[in-house]
Amino acid sequence: MSDFSTNYISIYFSALLFNEVKYINTLGDLQNIENALKGKTNIAFSYVRAIGTPEHRAVMEAAFVYGTTYQFVLTTEIAILESIGTEDIEYAHFYFFHCKPVSDLTQQCRRTLMEQPLTTLNIHRFIKTMEAPLLTEVAEDPQQVSTVHLQLGLPLVFIVSRQATYEADRTTAEWVAWRLLGKAGVLLLLRDSLEVDIPEHANVIFKRAEEGMPVEFLVLHDIDLIISRVESNTHMKETQEYEDNDMEGPDMDIQDDEVAETVYRDRKRQLPLELTVELTEETFNATVTASDSLVLFYAGWQAVSMAFLQSYVDVAVKLKGTSTLLLTRVNCADWSYVCTKQNVTDFPVVKMYKEGENPVSYAGMLGTEELLKFIQLNRISCPVNITSVQGAEEFLSGELYKDLITYSRVSVLGLFSPTMTTAKEEFTEAGKHLKGCVITGVYSEEDVLILSDKHAVTLPALLLARHQEGKIESIPLANAHVQDIVQIITNALLETFVSIFCNMDPEITVENLPTYLRLKKPLLILFSDGSINPQHKKAILTLVKEKHLDSLTPCWLNIKNTPVGRGILQVYFDALPPLPLLVVVNLHSGGQVFAFPSDQAVSEQNLLLWLKKVEAGLESPITILPAQEWKPPLPAYDFLSMMDAAASQHPPKKIPECMKETDVQENDGEQPEEKSAIRNEPTGTLRIKHWSRSNWFGEAKKSFAYDNKEL
Amino acid sequence: MGLSAAAPLWGPLGLLLTVALHPALSLRSARAWAPRHHRDYCVLGAGPAGLQMAYFLQRAGRDYVVFERAPGPGSFFTRFPRHRKLLSINKRYTGKANAEFNLRHDWNSLLSHDPQLLFRHYSSAYFPDAGDMVRYLRDFADKLGLPVLYNTTIAHVTLNKDRRAWNGHYFILTDQKGQAYQCSVLLVATGLSVPNQVDFPGSEYVDGYESVSVDPEDFVGQNVLILGRGNSAFETAENILGVTNFIHMLSRSRVRLSWATHYVGDLRAINNGLLDTYQLKSLDGLLESDLTDLAIVKDRQGKFHITLKFFLEENNQSADAITLPQDESDNFAMRVAYDRVIRCLGWNFNFSIFSKSLRLSSGGEFSKKYPLVRASYESKGSRGLFVLGTASHSVDYRKSAGGFIHGFRYTVRAVHRLLEQRHHDVPWPSTQHPITQLASAIIRRVNEASGLYQMFSVLADVVLLKENATAFEYLEEFPMRMLAQLESITGRQARHGLFVINMEYGKNFSGPDKDVFFYDRSVGHTEDAWQSNFLHPVIYYYRHLPTEQEVRFRPADWPLPRPTAIHHIVEDFLTDWTAPVGHILPLRRFLENCLDTDLRSFYAESCFLFALTRQKLPPFCQQGYLRTQGLMGTESLRQHGVESGLLRDYAAVGWRPGDSGQQPGSQGPGRQPLAPGPPIQHFDGNKEEL
Repeated sequence: MSDFSTNYISIYFSALLFNEVKYINTLGDLQNIENALKGKTNIAFSYVRAIGTPEHRAVMEAAFVYGTTYQFVLTTEIAILESIGTEDIEYAHFYFFHCKPVSDLTQQCRRTLMEQPLTTLNIHRFIKTMEAPLLTEVAEDPQQVSTVHLQLGLPLVFIVSRQATYEADRTTAEWVAWRLLGKAGVLLLLRDSLEVDIPEHANVIFKRAEEGMPVEFLVLHDIDLIISRVESNTHMKETQEYEDNDMEGPDMDIQDDEVAETVYRDRKRQLPLELTVELTEETFNATVTASDSLVLFYAGWQAVSMAFLQSYVDVAVKLKGTSTLLLTRVNCADWSYVCTKQNVTDFPVVKMYKEGENPVSYAGMLGTEELLKFIQLNRISCPVNITSVQGAEEFLSGELYKDLITYSRVSVLGLFSPTMTTAKEEFTEAGKHLKGCVITGVYSEEDVLILSDKHAVTLPALLLARHQEGKIESIPLANAHVQDIVQIITNALLETFVSIFCNMDPEITVENLPTYLRLKKPLLILFSDGSINPQHKKAILTLVKEKHLDSLTPCWLNIKNTPVGRGILQVYFDALPPLPLLVVVNLHSGGQVFAFPSDQAVSEQNLLLWLKKVEAGLESPITILPAQEWKPPLPAYDFLSMMDAAASQHPPKKIPECMKETDVQENDGEQPEEKSAIRNEPTGTLRIKHWSRSNWFGEAKKSFAYDNKEL
Repeated sequence: MGLSAAAPLWGPLGLLLTVALHPALSLRSARAWAPRHHRDYCVLGAGPAGLQMAYFLQRAGRDYVVFERAPGPGSFFTRFPRHRKLLSINKRYTGKANAEFNLRHDWNSLLSHDPQLLFRHYSSAYFPDAGDMVRYLRDFADKLGLPVLYNTTIAHVTLNKDRRAWNGHYFILTDQKGQAYQCSVLLVATGLSVPNQVDFPGSEYVDGYESVSVDPEDFVGQNVLILGRGNSAFETAENILGVTNFIHMLSRSRVRLSWATHYVGDLRAINNGLLDTYQLKSLDGLLESDLTDLAIVKDRQGKFHITLKFFLEENNQSADAITLPQDESDNFAMRVAYDRVIRCLGWNFNFSIFSKSLRLSSGGEFSKKYPLVRASYESKGSRGLFVLGTASHSVDYRKSAGGFIHGFRYTVRAVHRLLEQRHHDVPWPSTQHPITQLASAIIRRVNEASGLYQMFSVLADVVLLKENATAFEYLEEFPMRMLAQLESITGRQARHGLFVINMEYGKNFSGPDKDVFFYDRSVGHTEDAWQSNFLHPVIYYYRHLPTEQEVRFRPADWPLPRPTAIHHIVEDFLTDWTAPVGHILPLRRFLENCLDTDLRSFYAESCFLFALTRQKLPPFCQQGYLRTQGLMGTESLRQHGVESGLLRDYAAVGWRPGDSGQQPGSQGPGRQPLAPGPPIQHFDGNKEEL
């Protein structure tokens, strides 16, 4: 009782409420009161840790209001609480003892524990629900029904009943009502006399407290499911608040990987996979040793693999019946050890297995055309052994492999006298390196001098035939090693792309741009919509010939063949002038884009003058390409903070700003746009959201409530 | 077997030491003057763990030998379990072709390159017969040509200091004939071979599990008391349940059901018939009491009475006069007389052959029956002594599977990898990948890796990032509590951050008293993944390799120190973590945010656009497209891309020269961040919008 002296307000209250509130110290006191009030009055029994605490005050205030209706009993003895079987005793507990309905004095009063924290408002709500009828029978549209529970923010549970099963349903409903007392209102709905449509099998109807929410018709075969339903709803309401705050943030569950999304959307299409042979652990070795095989190693769950598998199947369709090469595939998700044994640890990988040769990995674009080229060029050995001068001439003219010339614009013939074995070996090795890229041949007969004389070159030498131009270059090969030879040929290939602008050959496309970029020079791009004006062509050609364009990579982009060029122009120009357009793009140092003035005629003089000014820094760029790093498109779930929050009992913050070190985006301008992007999302991308927020997934949240109980 | 290639390095000092310490052995030790056989590696025991280690040593071409006291491998299984049924599942069908995945559900096979040496070829029973295990182990040793010295009992192991030795000392093993062997590294795989006995008055009346009759006929109409509450106790009970009057089971602790603890060493459902009859009010029952307080008194009829040691200390020694608990408390539960008392209290490691100089001590409070080892399975007392197999279970006792074949086959491999690096400069095996393959590499492993799955929270995969995070190295099944020593153990460098990939149950899900069937026990939402309960992948990101201190003082219940960031892949009913949005997308976002980059994949056309409109490219375009390995895609995929809004159909875009409405950076209404390209605007692009 010493507590009293420390808090005058409590003394004052206590004096005032002396009659309303009974203080007890022992379990016997409680039992005596309980027995005395059976059949008469209900009891509001509370435990507070000490007099004068906020909880104590809340109880006293409630007693002030309800003290004449219920008998308030208060204790600070934790032992009493323990003896009536309460667990997890913390600061305060509030019980409602239903003594009034007890007629038999040997019976105990039912007890209902208030689960919310002890505040005046909560006690008020709790007592209101205790006053409400335990079970109400209704025969009207559940959408229209309203009870005190809804006003108090609690949901309603309707147990659907029929005449035939009324007795049993009522028992069930009462049982549920007791379990949900203080948490939800329970009603018995008689469907026989009801005009509203209720789904045939629905036996429970759930109505949320929020206004305007449609009622949910449920089929639940277990009372526990009804209870957990209500509890999870309560929990969701608690979490709703901070969820709402975060609605502004981006939805991280929306796929923003174009490859993953397109493959996912295409998942139901049947590919003609039967045109490729699926290999297994048992069949792999036997197959690749028995016949020349192309093997695609992929993983069924990896989007890039699956996108490429489509191209691979297209190749099989195109080659159907024409090739001796066997097209096969191994799904590494199934045959993990096969892939590991073949040294395949990344996906996808294509390898060509030929008898007596080491497997060759395909290193070209993952697309139908490029792979087809690789396969075609691999039909012939690399290098091809030519045995007659006649054959060599045909090789150089392109006659010998007419059908392959479309895949290789250059043919390379190595010339060696029969005694130059080392040089020949080096060349053969280089040929193998370039397999699938270019046609190579080797000639080392006694009469090789006929060829070397004709092309005025000393042995050993290379003859490089550029088929489109009908030109043959000769390159001496003295003491060149494998890598040198590969380099010589690769450079020669690049030159064909670059140096002969006169043919308007160097058209950049999606497939070949990387080759141009290797030169690391600024690009001079002529954007055109289809054909090129002969005047422009002549002007540029002259500049090329006069070597004025040596510091640049001149090329053109045909919008008709490469429509994405439009996207590029949109970035370069604020207001787009009519095509054709000439621009210099300094990709590798600075990112400036210069446009040839559209009001000037494309003449040699104008062009040259403009280029000089660009070079001298006298022209101002129309735009500078952004140099930003590629940051994470969206933040990740910050599970660490969520775990911390759970550990400290604060509601977890679900969507973090971002991980601390990475969240600061350089450009603030993007934020508003990001949000609008999410709001405008097309319906297709909403699938995840709808699916995962559907009812039976919402149930997953329940486990959280369980966790908390255990803590 | 070329044992003649011996290196006699027997110093006189060492001999004196041995003689002095063990006078009883001095006679036999004298024979050690004969040239001693040297081996780099000596394996003690040709059980599953010993043979598994032998296999790896054999494949690596190491100088080693295996000692086995019995005439064949796996001698424990020739006698135990007494009722012959193994509890380790032999799941022959999973519906999957992936051999690595299938090992997740094959608890009996050892690891080898020979698919014929899988246990499913030896038994069709789901819970196979122990005899099949003996046959399997014999085949394993024979087919792989593992050099085992059978009928060789190592009676004594001691230490001989020598500066030239790998570890500063040699292990000297002496067999029953006095033959000595000198070993640079000692691998102890002797299992638990000593029955655990509790000493109390009357313990001499108790039958041991190792010798009690297994014929139910011997128990007809008897009252039986079983001491112990493990699988051997329940296995014994199961066998005689139908013929006894009743069975009472007594042990100190309450029963631990393996389905609740997720620990395979706890009581398995296949053995728990007695729990069923107990709870269904038959006469059988379970009781809890400390066995050390107990005493058993035999009466004139030869029946046994349970009393307390405390009562025996009173003077009366005549059997009839001894106070029984029921004399004071007449409803004492065990007041009935028993016909039999059976002890099934498990097994202990045999410490007796190891000299004190090895400082091989027993484990902590809860794992006394095991020798104390580090998380690398190396003895804390002497460098170069490793404990393998069942005896190594102190590392993960009551947590993971390290005490069982399906667990220690992986820890043995980890020890072997450690030894290869330590003594032969062969770094821990790893694969190198470009960073664009990071999510793939992780997804592949969490979906198929058996070592991660079986040895959850003990062995973990490690991703070591290269400078600038453009590439990474992938290491499999590293003992995660040795993380601080990763560089010295693996010979690999961890200078630029790392990921650790582990499998875990939910933090509060496992335990002897947990209700593992509660409603809504599984989590479906990706954002709730951290609350997953069933075994699921967890990925830790560290900017720097944790220190030894950090590992030692990690938060309670955490397998690793607090990371910079953590990711849980949400639990999956099918343990198939390949869902594009549910599993892979959140993982990518996590990796992206750790590495501060964009790990999306792009079609070649998008890379083409970026290449001409930006100075920098995302990793996927850099490592693929720019190296002429771009992904071209097909027309039908393009169509889907356009429909989804992630790709633009430039061919269909109205071409209006002079159109100034198309602002750079605002391609397509509101879809910019998801359209190819990061949500980054051009310097001059957003002025008008703001």
